[in-house]
Amino acid sequence: MNAIKPRETLNLEKVACPNSFVRTKLKLEEMEQGQVLEVILDDGEPIKNVPRAVKEEGHEIMKVEKLDNKWRLLIKKA
Amino acid sequence: MKLREDQIERYSRQIILPNVGGKGQEKLLNAKVLIIGAGGLGSPCALYLASAGIGKIGIVDSDKVELNNLQRQILHSNSNVGKTKVESAKERMTGINPDVEVITYNLRLTSENILDIIRNYDIIVDGSDNFPTRYLVNDACVISRKPLSHGGIFRFDGQAITILPHQSACYRCLFPEPPLPGLVPSCQEAGILGAVAGIIGTIQANEALKYILEIGNLLAGKLLVFNALDSSFRQVKVPKDPKCQICGESPTVTKLIDYEEFCSLKKIKEE
Repeated sequence: MNAIKPRETLNLEKVACPNSFVRTKLKLEEMEQGQVLEVILDDGEPIKNVPRAVKEEGHEIMKVEKLDNKWRLLIKKA
Repeated sequence: MKLREDQIERYSRQIILPNVGGKGQEKLLNAKVLIIGAGGLGSPCALYLASAGIGKIGIVDSDKVELNNLQRQILHSNSNVGKTKVESAKERMTGINPDVEVITYNLRLTSENILDIIRNYDIIVDGSDNFPTRYLVNDACVISRKPLSHGGIFRFDGQAITILPHQSACYRCLFPEPPLPGLVPSCQEAGILGAVAGIIGTIQANEALKYILEIGNLLAGKLLVFNALDSSFRQVKVPKDPKCQICGESPTVTKLIDYEEFCSLKKIKEE
């Protein structure tokens, strides 16, 4: 069921905007099309902004999951 | 090439941009731009290109900083009056961004030296203030097939065009011959509003950045005309002239020409 296995993981706890998106974007650039990136984000601005900015660049948000006071995002590279 | 931590931080606002990203930043860091003239046009251009992280910037100028330059030549500071413009430019550019390698050419371009200099660069920005240099640069870029951003300013007016040799119109397609000596007053005689130089020089920086990043549409075949009093911009289409003396079907200009200097003020000063 939850068999999506991310290729790479990026822990962006305590990384503020817009650096959270900059880091996510640079990591996605290194990956191949179709590969999945897992990103851990803080609550607040990062979880509001990163998924939207990632979608604007054409990538797919596969999953958004709340973990205590942070978030787990699964992104499929376009 | 991997961006360092401080580079990710420094360039974050342009890495964010669609179509730029880390790969675009790497293109900028690997790019080589030559700026001709560290004056009114060259100043804003050099500042923005250095800030953007162009890896290597060459800057050509034979003059020293004078007090009357500071009204528009924003590269230079009061404390640098008397220094060569290229040294003053280098100090300011590397002060903003130590990533940038600045190569200084404290000389006047001639038919003898220009080809050797432009050979080392990806794109040339002409911010010169005189017709002999402008035609020399155009012809040298056409012969060497180097893209060129031309900018010119006069009182409250400015213009810019980007030249992709043999693909789009060159400066001679637009103006086949330099005006006769004494017919057109030079900038030094006519005056210039500093902000006009800022606008046109910044457009030239923008053209160089787009060329390197391979994004958007260049001002190739399009002359941008700016008037400061109306705050108006318009674009005039400029077709390639098949009879052009340098880039036409049977060119008559086959070697570089050193036109006579015809700025009367300069002549007086040199005598």
